[in-house]
Amino acid sequence: MSIVQMNIGFLPLVDAALPILAEEHGFAEEQGLHLNFIRDVSWASVLDRLLYGHTDAAHLLAPLAIATTLGRGRPAKALAVPFVLSLNGNAITMSHALADKVAPAGMLGDPVSVGEKLKSEVVKRAAAGCRIRFGVVHRYSGHNYKLRYWLAQCGIAPDTDVDIVTIAPPFAADALANDEVDGICVGEPWNSVAVERGVGRIVLVTAQIWRRGVEKVLAMPAEKLDDDRDKIERLVRALHFAARHFVDPANWDTNAEILARKNYLDGSAKLINRAISDRIMLTAGAQPLDVPDFMFQYREAANFPWKSQAAWLYSQMLRWDHLAYNAEDQLRAEEVFRPNVYRTALKGLDTPIPGANAKLEGSVTGSLPVGSTQGRLTLGANPFFDGRVFDPMEVANYLDSLPKL
Amino acid sequence: MRIAVIDENPVRAAIIEDGLAEVGERDVFVISERSGMARAIETIDPDVILIDLGNPSRDMLEEYFAVSRAVSRPIAMFVEQSDEDTIAAAIDAGVSAYIVDGLSQRRMKPILDLAVRRFQAFSRLQAELKEARDALSDRTIIDSAKKILIGKRNISEPEAHKLLRDHAMNSNKRMAEIAEAIVTAEKLLGGGL
Repeated sequence: MSIVQMNIGFLPLVDAALPILAEEHGFAEEQGLHLNFIRDVSWASVLDRLLYGHTDAAHLLAPLAIATTLGRGRPAKALAVPFVLSLNGNAITMSHALADKVAPAGMLGDPVSVGEKLKSEVVKRAAAGCRIRFGVVHRYSGHNYKLRYWLAQCGIAPDTDVDIVTIAPPFAADALANDEVDGICVGEPWNSVAVERGVGRIVLVTAQIWRRGVEKVLAMPAEKLDDDRDKIERLVRALHFAARHFVDPANWDTNAEILARKNYLDGSAKLINRAISDRIMLTAGAQPLDVPDFMFQYREAANFPWKSQAAWLYSQMLRWDHLAYNAEDQLRAEEVFRPNVYRTALKGLDTPIPGANAKLEGSVTGSLPVGSTQGRLTLGANPFFDGRVFDPMEVANYLDSLPKL
Repeated sequence: MRIAVIDENPVRAAIIEDGLAEVGERDVFVISERSGMARAIETIDPDVILIDLGNPSRDMLEEYFAVSRAVSRPIAMFVEQSDEDTIAAAIDAGVSAYIVDGLSQRRMKPILDLAVRRFQAFSRLQAELKEARDALSDRTIIDSAKKILIGKRNISEPEAHKLLRDHAMNSNKRMAEIAEAIVTAEKLLGGGL
């Protein structure tokens, strides 16, 4: 088999790990692929390179893939997602001044009680004529949607009670250090960088807001997937083997070291290892804390592109872009996620594959065996922190049921 | 033409500024600081913004334009290397204009003009799309209101239409507003909708 070259766009984040490890550990080569990487600083650049053909596929924010397909703010261009690169893996890091007011010391906060205290802080500041300001990595990001979901449920109007601004991940710690923002919601290692520099404290992780929230995806123009299905399926297999390698504790140190290299994250292996191992240091000098499911990979078919997760992101896009529900748009949003490509790519491998394309998001509280086309699949708890359940068939009613702020 | 060049590298910004010498009547402003960029753009009020595809401030800039459409401006982008296919793909994907090899001086002026024209065309398209969507939802609500009137007052469809239209004209409101009031009232009064 001759080796086919593929260019992959990425931002320096721990959840860019799978394509990088697929190349570095030879999983790509086993599938006849050689992956070249193009790093950017800003998501707009990653997206542009993908649309203009500089890259063949990219590490991308899941909501941005959907927004691009629906033509939000630019001409519509259909993207396709055959593989989810990570669930969660983000945190909310606040300045010490704010964290000390709203969060308990030495442990992660509880979303409800941190929310209550934050609300009274918001009210206090409003009386003084100022607002708390949060930074997120992009308007169309899981960070923005989870932060807003949490704030709104706690009675804080994301559009009017606080300011939410956009900061590219590598600048998030700087923004906190320079008092440009009071808090950041960003992926790793950028929370840990802020902690290490002593400019902030990790108060919540996004897994506490939605235990199994879709985060980054492997995205490509839909026509590229259709034209070259075989190559993409080989890439999906390589990523799958990389995910299995990623979750094995025996590999954590090596993988952290690879990701830390200059051409990848160009950072500290020690900090990167925290996200890989779900051991998070909340504040400078503290003992690292076990945060189960901080970044969720591989297990429970975590990399499967559930259409119901695309639908949830679509619902939040409507909510915060203030748009009316449109059944056709929901279909187009769900079409971005391609479970069938995942299925054919991993057929015959020793791994469970879900039988359904969609599920009730947030409905599993214990562990639940579910139907599969191969292997045995048991899903773990996946709740939203407010206990709401999202039914992709009932998007309009779901939106009605959410707090209006 | 007022041109804002966003580049954090002052040397490259200077080269770009030189490249713009061709562009006849012009004012060039270089923004090299990330902080306060939004305010700087607002003050400069440029006709077009020139930025590198990989510029770290792209997300911030796009967010700024998304939030305040009124200050949104055409963007021309330049890249280090490129080919015809890439340019075609970029234009298809809605980039206002695309400048190859950093700068090819002779092409600057037409490219900047193109950026402004494309931006205007896209803005117009967005506005028309919104109008069409509004018209569509107007029609849906008017149809529902007509059905209620037909059922309640036992009148024909043209009569229901006339009733709505006359009422709208008399009260100086849009038909869709009257229709919405009827549909809401029907819902509150426990109608079968």
